[in-house]
Amino acid sequence: MNSFQQLGHNALMLFQRLGRAHLFLWAVLCGAPSLVLRLRLLVLQVFSVGVLSLVIIVVAGLFVGMVLGLQGYYTLVDFGAEDSLGVMVALSLVRELGPVVAALLFAGRAGSALTAEIGLMKATEQLSGMEMMAVDPLKRVIAPRFFAGVLSMPLLAAIFSAVGVMGGYLAGVGLLGVDEGAFWSQMQDRVDFHEDIMNGVIKSIVFGVVVTWIAVFEGYDAVPTSEGVSRATTRTVVYASLAVLGLDFVLTALMFGEV
Amino acid sequence: MKNTRLVETLVGIFVAAGIAALFMLAMKVSNLNAFSNVEGYKVSAQFENIGGLKVLSSVSVGGVRIGRVTSIDFDQDDYEAVVTMAIDPQYNRLPTDTSASIFTSGLLGEQYVGFEPGGEEKFLKEGDTIKLTQSAIVLEQVIGQFMFSKASEGAGE
Repeated sequence: MNSFQQLGHNALMLFQRLGRAHLFLWAVLCGAPSLVLRLRLLVLQVFSVGVLSLVIIVVAGLFVGMVLGLQGYYTLVDFGAEDSLGVMVALSLVRELGPVVAALLFAGRAGSALTAEIGLMKATEQLSGMEMMAVDPLKRVIAPRFFAGVLSMPLLAAIFSAVGVMGGYLAGVGLLGVDEGAFWSQMQDRVDFHEDIMNGVIKSIVFGVVVTWIAVFEGYDAVPTSEGVSRATTRTVVYASLAVLGLDFVLTALMFGEV
Repeated sequence: MKNTRLVETLVGIFVAAGIAALFMLAMKVSNLNAFSNVEGYKVSAQFENIGGLKVLSSVSVGGVRIGRVTSIDFDQDDYEAVVTMAIDPQYNRLPTDTSASIFTSGLLGEQYVGFEPGGEEKFLKEGDTIKLTQSAIVLEQVIGQFMFSKASEGAGE
């Protein structure tokens, strides 16, 4: 009986948390207009969320592109179709790997930092202190971080894809001797701006919203102890990664399903 | 104060880099662009059928790439495709009776223009037209002809 009670309790807690997360998102979105008056805060957060993630994104993008170039070449060369390497690298990057891998790295690099920062603010009662001074922490602390994440993610994904294509070019044309003109011309022939690139951008915007939402909510909802903050940080990375991978399937099915 | 200015500059660079990356994806990777910056002297040739030839496909002599296709148009008077190619200026001794054919590299590979030099004393220069051309081999036509000839063989027996 006791374990049955526990199960019900856990389920109720889960739904309560889910509801809290959505109400929290609504409150943050309502805080958006006041952000216009605090653009400086937004810029500072774009710095810590976006600019500081740039190194890992560029390095990862370069190597992912180079590996795609090498692996794709060995598959395609058997069919004498190594001229299509550019298409393969570009399509896999802009449609799939750019948004997804950038979002996973973003969750690890920026999401965890956001959760830890907000969780620690809560643990040291800075958030309650702000409320005492009639400053809404949702508007002052959460909203700039949330919108900075939403703004940075598509830019990071675009940089990842562009650097990845250059990496594929370096590996394919530079190392393996694929014809340069065929690499670019086949790529330009098959990659469509609206179908492929814009859908990749839409994916990265959705991932940006979800990852940042999970990160700031976990921080805001953390148990205000050092253990609670550490758990919340772990949860951010795990939930955000799972959400990205799951949503990726749904979005791919919605956008590319008919193709 | 100096620190915030640095932060703001870096954020600006970040946003600019993101937009530049998107721009590069749009222009260089996707089919949104129409420009190509291939250098060299321009030579054109008319083909009945160019198959899967594309802008930026390579132009080669004896397997060595000497230029690229810069534009493909359709001539409404002759009902033929007009392929304009830019040839690297260092290869400036191609005879005027050079013939151009469209080949496929490999079974599934990219199509390219192959030149076969002739014996003229005069050389091709900017704006010239190659008169001897051979169209791309379209696999469906070849198979169709093969099947047709097989069928007529069978009927003859």
